[in-house]
Amino acid sequence: MDAFQIIGPVMIGPSSSHTAGAVRIGRLARAILGEIPCRAEILLHGSYARAYRGHGTDRALVAGLLGFNVDDERVREALELALRQGLEVTFSEANLGDVHPNSVQLNLKGRERDVHVLASSPGGGQVVIKKIDDFPVEMSCELPTLIATYPDRPGVIAAVTALLAGAGVNIAGMRVSRRAAGRQALMVMETDQPVPAGLVAALRSLPAIERVIAIDPV
Amino acid sequence: MAGLLELAGKENLSLAGVVIRYQEELEGKPREEVRGIMAGRLRVMREAAQEGLTGDFRSPSGLVGGGGKFLEKWRRAGRSLSGTITARAIAIAMAVAEVNAAMGRVVAAPTAGSCGILPGVLFALEAEKGLAEDQLVDGLFAAAGIGIVAARQASLSGAALGCQAECGVATAMAAAAAVEMAGGKPEQAAAAAGVALQGLMGLVCDPVGGLVEIPCVMRNATGAAHALTAADIALAGVRCYIPFDEVIAAMVEVGRALPASLRETGTGGIAACPTARRLVE
Repeated sequence: MDAFQIIGPVMIGPSSSHTAGAVRIGRLARAILGEIPCRAEILLHGSYARAYRGHGTDRALVAGLLGFNVDDERVREALELALRQGLEVTFSEANLGDVHPNSVQLNLKGRERDVHVLASSPGGGQVVIKKIDDFPVEMSCELPTLIATYPDRPGVIAAVTALLAGAGVNIAGMRVSRRAAGRQALMVMETDQPVPAGLVAALRSLPAIERVIAIDPV
Repeated sequence: MAGLLELAGKENLSLAGVVIRYQEELEGKPREEVRGIMAGRLRVMREAAQEGLTGDFRSPSGLVGGGGKFLEKWRRAGRSLSGTITARAIAIAMAVAEVNAAMGRVVAAPTAGSCGILPGVLFALEAEKGLAEDQLVDGLFAAAGIGIVAARQASLSGAALGCQAECGVATAMAAAAAVEMAGGKPEQAAAAAGVALQGLMGLVCDPVGGLVEIPCVMRNATGAAHALTAADIALAGVRCYIPFDEVIAAMVEVGRALPASLRETGTGGIAACPTARRLVE
């Protein structure tokens, strides 16, 4: 937590957790999908479920899916803009289990793939991605973040980290999880330096790597 | 907080000075750049205050808007009971909170629901005490120091700990900013923050209809006045016994004891009043 997270963000009101945080969650979910979704099923939990209309949480999540920033005045018209862009959105209330009261699950359908993202906004505009598909993660995306999926076998992590080391990119935090031993695995790395496009391409060309997503801080 | 104060004492810095140094090191940017970012935040606050005091708008629900303008008119007519600085502070605080409710652009400080309190105190002191922009930027850094401590040791979420963690912490931040801008010592800034938060201990989050409108907008105005009171108590040298860190710990205890109905669910407190229910039917 630093001074500009406390005196900030600059944002469209009315709520840092329910509006600005929701815009950021939408942006991150879109980045994880890799494109603007054509369909979004949005499940709201706890305080998000009870208070989303009055806080514009619905507009904010959709604004994020459309790629808007938290201080973009178009947040107000996001639902109408989504309709015009052919993004079909549904909202419903759901119990997402033992998660923060400000939590949401976004089930996104893109042209190439579907993705399920569970995220929370614990306050002050901060967000945490808690789950991507079945993989538990802990991503705040305050640093450049890399996500990679790969088959769970020896050497893949070493190959990835060797490429990062070679490019002078320091790993600030890292987490790996897997569906089961030997099955699909997912790693999340937060880095101190921005990840250059060339490095992302090199990671993608590693034989074991299925998919790489590079997310800039939002 | 104890760590910040120790560092301030050792380096002979103000509270703002310690926070600026922390931010410089964190970002690896020179001081002027870091101050420039904060000055940018101050500009957005100023635009929001201007819009709130002069613009013609209401929130989407139609429940709030124009209150800051009323207060400003009252102040200009010389009819305010609360004195020149406070009268300005509450008008600006309410105006900025209304801009937020109307989905306008604001600076969360520390949250959007509490975004009026700091601008209220800052711009009132600027106008009445003839402060320079640099002093306001220092005030924001001092406020940030209090907010960082609260965020680390507690939470800034009304859904987690009630309004004490939003308007309560914002008021503590504004009290520390006022002390900083008045040339007070870091210990006095921390004491002012502690006094402010003690006064709002247990404040519940009970938004009518779940909207950041009633009582949130009013609480920004009362918070700004409360911050000035706490700053005066600390600056006058009244002994404030409980250290800020312990006040924050108490706030966490109290917040955890609040039922869900009083933590931003719009189901208890003011939100549950018969009139409140009728307003959002």
